[in-house]
Amino acid sequence: MSELSVKHLLGIKYITKEDIELIFQTADNFKEVINRPIKKVPSLRDITIANLFFENSTRTKLSFELAEKRLSADVINFSAAASSVKKGETLIDTVNNILSMKVDMVVMRHPNPGAGVFLSKHIDASIVNAGDGAHEHPTQALLDSYSIRERLGDVGGKNVVIVGDILHSRVALSNIYALKLQGANVKVCGPKTLMPKYIESLGVEVELDLRKALEWCDVANMLRVQNERMDISYFPSTREYTQQYGVDKALLNSLDKEIVIMHPGPINRGVEITSDVADSDQAIILNQVENGVAVRMAVLYLLASKIKQ
Amino acid sequence: MSQKVLLNATEVHIILNRLACQLIENHEDFTDTVLIGIQPRGVFLAERIKKLLTDTYKIENVELGYLDITFFRDDFRRSEKILAANKTQIDFVVENKKVVFIDDVLYTGRSINAALTAVQSFGRPKEVELLCLIDRRFSRHLPIQPDYRGRQVDAINEEKVKVSWVENEGEDTVYVINK
Repeated sequence: MSELSVKHLLGIKYITKEDIELIFQTADNFKEVINRPIKKVPSLRDITIANLFFENSTRTKLSFELAEKRLSADVINFSAAASSVKKGETLIDTVNNILSMKVDMVVMRHPNPGAGVFLSKHIDASIVNAGDGAHEHPTQALLDSYSIRERLGDVGGKNVVIVGDILHSRVALSNIYALKLQGANVKVCGPKTLMPKYIESLGVEVELDLRKALEWCDVANMLRVQNERMDISYFPSTREYTQQYGVDKALLNSLDKEIVIMHPGPINRGVEITSDVADSDQAIILNQVENGVAVRMAVLYLLASKIKQ
Repeated sequence: MSQKVLLNATEVHIILNRLACQLIENHEDFTDTVLIGIQPRGVFLAERIKKLLTDTYKIENVELGYLDITFFRDDFRRSEKILAANKTQIDFVVENKKVVFIDDVLYTGRSINAALTAVQSFGRPKEVELLCLIDRRFSRHLPIQPDYRGRQVDAINEEKVKVSWVENEGEDTVYVINK
């Protein structure tokens, strides 16, 4: 108790149920902290964190940076678009150059799956994966589960459906690992072309009919169609995708129970969910964003406590 | 490991009543005063004091909050022992109030130092006082002294002072334990 089993957070695959519970308990405390008049604690005042973003990000980067600053860490930011990566520098060289400035922790987003795992074998600093290609996005899955726990009391035993572009989604994979670890039942729903092969081997069911999936679930996590990762056409048109896999208020009202709607953002309003759904009381999308800061503070705090002086 | 009783239940009750009366002497009807129990062990003492003030001495509207200092500790990453955080619950404004910190044992003073920083997140108190049941004098690392003390002891560093409460351990007793 009170210590994580890992030195890095590279993915949900590498942590335990107890780790998740500890992160949530700690996040409860940080959630109270970020609602104080002064939202800052001095815990990480002698820790320096580098945010290395080799791929675009708005909310994850802001959320991490805010979490770091509320823990009083020193923060340096790096984005690949304005760096020597464009000049041909390798990942290890880039990171080692940054680490020689005495950095204790690295938060990294990278377009290549496994970049975090690879880096962890070559450097001493503690690494938090902020998304690596279509592999994992562990803090997103943690904040999603935390938000479900907050709304429904518990994650275990709940029916959760992940809808949309499962094939290109690191959010889906991390969520499947996290939800299964906590004892939730998970289905994935979307066009067959966007279902990875062998997805059932993770212990999830594939449901191609959105209505059936929504009737079954307590929570629907609506993913964005990641056009930027699609090199070929996976469905005939956005309009057809919306007709089959988009959620609108009429569809939600026709269900015999009130389900919780989640979205990791950014939303394509009118594609995967309509505006009236996104802005309704059933949606906990903005709670997810608020919880993101508390959960990331918990992850950074718990990992930092393992860095001895 | 040997332990001896420092205060038995009767002595604890006499001291609690005295501390409550001393608080009333200085704070009268508690309109500008709030009590803050320091998590985790100060909370039991704080709740007892509040109960005495309201039930026995009929003072209405005594406000009590709980302050956790885990994230403000100065030994983060320096000690082998990793402590889990507890709940902070301060449902009132601290700004311009007289704050009384309540903790069971005052030892090095580092917890109170952290609490002084932590409480500032809730506003600027008018003044801060400290009430403790046991004052381990000669063990201080910082210039911090209690305003209200139950009993002063000269326990050495190898000894541990343990305060038991009826609601938690089933008895109101203070022990000195030789580790």
